[in-house]
Amino acid sequence: MKITVNVWRQKNADAKGEMVGYHLDDVSEDMSFLEMLDVLNEQLTLAGEEPVAFDHDCREGICGSCGVVINGIAHGPEVTTTCQLHMRSFKDGDVIDIEPWRAGAFPIVKDLVVDRGAFDRIIQAGGYISVNTGSAPEANNLPVPKEDADHAFAAATCIGCGACVAACPNGSAMLFTAAKVTHLGLLPQGQPERESRVASMVAQHDAEGFGSCTNIGECTAACPKGIPLDVISRLNRDLLGALAAGQA
Amino acid sequence: MSDTYTPTGAAEQFIEHGEDIHDTKAPSGPIERRWEQRQFDAKLVNAANRRKIKIIVVGTGLAGASAAATLGEAGYHVTSFCYQDSPRRAHSIAAQGGINAAKNYRNDGDSVYRLFYDTVKGGDFRSRESNSYRLAQVSVNIIDQCVAQGVPFAREYGGLLDNRSFGGVQVSRTFYARGQTGQQLLIGAYQALERQVAAGTVEVHTRHEMLDLVMVDGKARGVIVRDMVTGEIESHTADAVVLASGGYGNVYFLSTNAMGCNVTATWRAHRRGAYFGNPCYTQIHPTCIPVSGDYQSKLTLMSESLRNDGRIWVPKKAGDDRHPRDIPEDERDYYLERIYPAFGNLVPRDIASRAAKYQCDDGKGVGPGGLGVYLDFADAIERMGRPAVEAKYGNLFDMYARITGEDPYTEPMRIYPAVHYVMGGLWVDYDLQSNLEGLFVTGEANFSDQGANRLGASALMQGLADGYFVLPTTIANYLAAGPFEPVPEDHPAVLEARQAVEERIQKLLAVDGNRTVDSYHKELGHIMWEYCGMERTEEGLTKAIGLIRELRDDFWKNVKVTGEAEELNQTLERAGRVVDFFELGELMCIDALNREESCGGHFRAESQTEDGEALRHDDRFAYVAAWEFGGEKPILHKEPLEYEYVEMKARSYK
Amino acid sequence: MAVSGLIMLGYLLVHMYGNLKFFEGKEFFDSYLEGLENIFYPYLPHGGALWILRVVLLVSLVAHVYCAVTLWRRNKVAAGYTGGKRYHSKQNRTGIQRSYASFTMRWGGVILLLFIIGHLAQMLPNWLAPGGASDSKYERVVNGFEIWWVVLLYTIGLVAVGFHLWHGFWSALTTLGQNRSSTRKDSVITIASWVLSVVIAGGFLIVPFAVFFFGAGS
Repeated sequence: MKITVNVWRQKNADAKGEMVGYHLDDVSEDMSFLEMLDVLNEQLTLAGEEPVAFDHDCREGICGSCGVVINGIAHGPEVTTTCQLHMRSFKDGDVIDIEPWRAGAFPIVKDLVVDRGAFDRIIQAGGYISVNTGSAPEANNLPVPKEDADHAFAAATCIGCGACVAACPNGSAMLFTAAKVTHLGLLPQGQPERESRVASMVAQHDAEGFGSCTNIGECTAACPKGIPLDVISRLNRDLLGALAAGQA
Repeated sequence: MSDTYTPTGAAEQFIEHGEDIHDTKAPSGPIERRWEQRQFDAKLVNAANRRKIKIIVVGTGLAGASAAATLGEAGYHVTSFCYQDSPRRAHSIAAQGGINAAKNYRNDGDSVYRLFYDTVKGGDFRSRESNSYRLAQVSVNIIDQCVAQGVPFAREYGGLLDNRSFGGVQVSRTFYARGQTGQQLLIGAYQALERQVAAGTVEVHTRHEMLDLVMVDGKARGVIVRDMVTGEIESHTADAVVLASGGYGNVYFLSTNAMGCNVTATWRAHRRGAYFGNPCYTQIHPTCIPVSGDYQSKLTLMSESLRNDGRIWVPKKAGDDRHPRDIPEDERDYYLERIYPAFGNLVPRDIASRAAKYQCDDGKGVGPGGLGVYLDFADAIERMGRPAVEAKYGNLFDMYARITGEDPYTEPMRIYPAVHYVMGGLWVDYDLQSNLEGLFVTGEANFSDQGANRLGASALMQGLADGYFVLPTTIANYLAAGPFEPVPEDHPAVLEARQAVEERIQKLLAVDGNRTVDSYHKELGHIMWEYCGMERTEEGLTKAIGLIRELRDDFWKNVKVTGEAEELNQTLERAGRVVDFFELGELMCIDALNREESCGGHFRAESQTEDGEALRHDDRFAYVAAWEFGGEKPILHKEPLEYEYVEMKARSYK
Repeated sequence: MAVSGLIMLGYLLVHMYGNLKFFEGKEFFDSYLEGLENIFYPYLPHGGALWILRVVLLVSLVAHVYCAVTLWRRNKVAAGYTGGKRYHSKQNRTGIQRSYASFTMRWGGVILLLFIIGHLAQMLPNWLAPGGASDSKYERVVNGFEIWWVVLLYTIGLVAVGFHLWHGFWSALTTLGQNRSSTRKDSVITIASWVLSVVIAGGFLIVPFAVFFFGAGS
């Protein structure tokens, strides 16, 4: 099929960007979306133009590297990562708009590549359990109810791609932050640091310049891993607990 | 063993010989006490000195992140590098199945000794007994550590950890977190790493790629890296360097590795003198989604567990292009069940992969290009009912449907083998130190405790064993002599390495030809897959060496690398990696040509039994091939393998 | 935002209940309003309870508006707007699943604020008295709601109230940690917000519509 793509081109962080249109004449519907971009880049390279820079790595939907806004929707029309989106979701003659994640805390590096270092810093603020290697007790000394373990797992499947921020009209990273707070807060191992964790992670979230959550729910709808929205309520409950305990 | 075996020595024209390696630094004595002995004998670094000691860790996968975090906790000053935009994205994250540990929670007769035995046998008697035993011992600590970190392993209703049987072993020793065990373990290690970043002991440099190793007075003292955002070439020096940069499966272009996985870090170390061990051992996974067209950029693995209930078949008639549902039962060949009645569809990975290749070679393959076989769940759906199949395999079926656009509930899936893991890597001793002092190598990047083949759920185990438990002890023994004399930024060795990197980049940009980097990489991949893939022959390998050399020459004449050095330039990054893949590919073919036997992931067509099974030649090849970079010809050092505990036997799955 | 919003919501419920006493007739309605002045008398002076209420409401309102403005500014920067646009694509401007109400929180909030000011001016001190001033609040209500544009303005204002609550009530409870559902749409609170907003907007509209369309009170 033939398609037209409008891609955000921006030479570097300081340059002014713009949407640039390209035509592709021979796109197979079995191609993944990123393979379509590969084909575009081969075409550009042979024409002596600079190929489009975009982040990607595992191409199987788990590393969280890839992610662009396709036709105004983070990761495009299917609920999955950009790498797992296939061209059969589009049709001959389509015009596809491709833009980078937009958020104050995700500055653009080049074209479709953004800097998501803020996510790492939120984890640094407390997204862990403080246990040194070698000091762990025997694993089965600490039973965890299956239901809690399953819920913790569901929250822990976050791949840190940033689609929640790109989709959120407020540019908030509350779903990302809350997923980690929930993962660790549901497990017995996570209890000792539960209050200090939520307080410092939220403080870091705000310091990074992410927006505030107004409970619109676009984050969950765009999340390729289906991180549930109630994690945010859980974070808020923990935050109230931290406030009560004088930790926040 | 076969008496029809006549070695030809075809590799001799390509190689030179060096001295054998006899001492791997493993303690002697009873095998179960060796690790303890080593821990006791290893010198310690006092806490005050650790702060003054710098360690560079390249890579943030399971082996790298766990090592950096643990060394940071111990108080060393750690500098960590990864090419991804966050350490959390390293490709360990994509491991699906699970992690083995000899906990014997199921009371089914498992033990450290049994895990050790299975590992040695699974590796087709090409691994070291001492290392395998240590791996099995440490496996139990890994689970404790991960649980304490909050890794949400699957649990039973009583709240205790669940196990499953995996990879054709008879005990249930695999711990898992649904189909995302690698992700959960890596996130655990990543969080431990970020905790150390917050504590100030570890500095992480993301989007930095190591391009050379700095050797000073025979010791590894630093690395040259490129900041992939600004293009700046930086030099970093330290008291020791740890490479945890993963495997090189991408030499085949198409593999289940991430797009960025590469050999550059280890290859550059190899060029600086580090031996490369067993480069030809490649694991090819049988259940991947087949290639759909030329544009294909990577292959996706589907968990091996599918073979528990699915049946593999091809049409009996070559070129039969009827819809699979229109092919009647008696015109189908369930070839694995036919050839291997005892194990059927559950034969080990290498056997299942090769069998699929033979069917396709006979023209019976299905799907685009005839490169695929059916994996059929019709019987399972009839037997178990669709809801049960959905509950067990739903996520895999969804993944298949998303990628292929076909519904696996109504028509059989198509699968084909794909490169998945490499057992080869930089040679290391028992301490995980390469032959270069101060250069340590962990995880898939080293030549591994796995031998010629790896059992399922062992890669995660090895990465974490190395990073959390083995390396932190053994590296201390080396660092006890430190801190060493600091290496200034303008030391001649640093400047020389830096200049070499800059020159190579300029050379790549200067070619300005008319072929894209990817087109070369794809062609190299085709050569490797064709001649150094599932089945290798003397003729094919010799031909491949010639083809690779021609292609490499052509690359340096006609490649087109766009953009500039001082910016984010993904074409330049790929070009640099492909350059190293050319050289590695050649060495892989030479190693495969030299190893005139079939073992584990390496199958030489000349060396098979009458029934077409792999045939080892323990009398001649029970050694690790450690290759020294020799310019024109690589130099072979042999490390003989001796088995005191496990008797060397032929594998049989009939 | 959540706490101040819920305080004002509580007031609205009481206010609406009071409004419905309109149908009891002029005397009852006026004496009911008179009676409000004497709540907790003699523990509080005449009108004391009302003044406390007014202060609480005013503080809530100021806090609510202050938070809203702060959020608005902050989130605009956070969302990475450049040159007035976030995404250039003209497709899917309304997002994936977001409710129409969530779009109207800001400008709807501004409309509400204007409406509240107008409403207070009309109802409290006889300043604005469309249709004729009177000492009887009952008569003022009737006089006002016999005029079509007054009813129209009230309708606009109350629809804005409805939208504001539709998203606001859900959002407030979620912020206070009470959402247990995995998506916005499946939540019990979402349904409760929808019901609440219809009840409140409808409840308030009964009086003006009854006056205008059915001549109640004249």
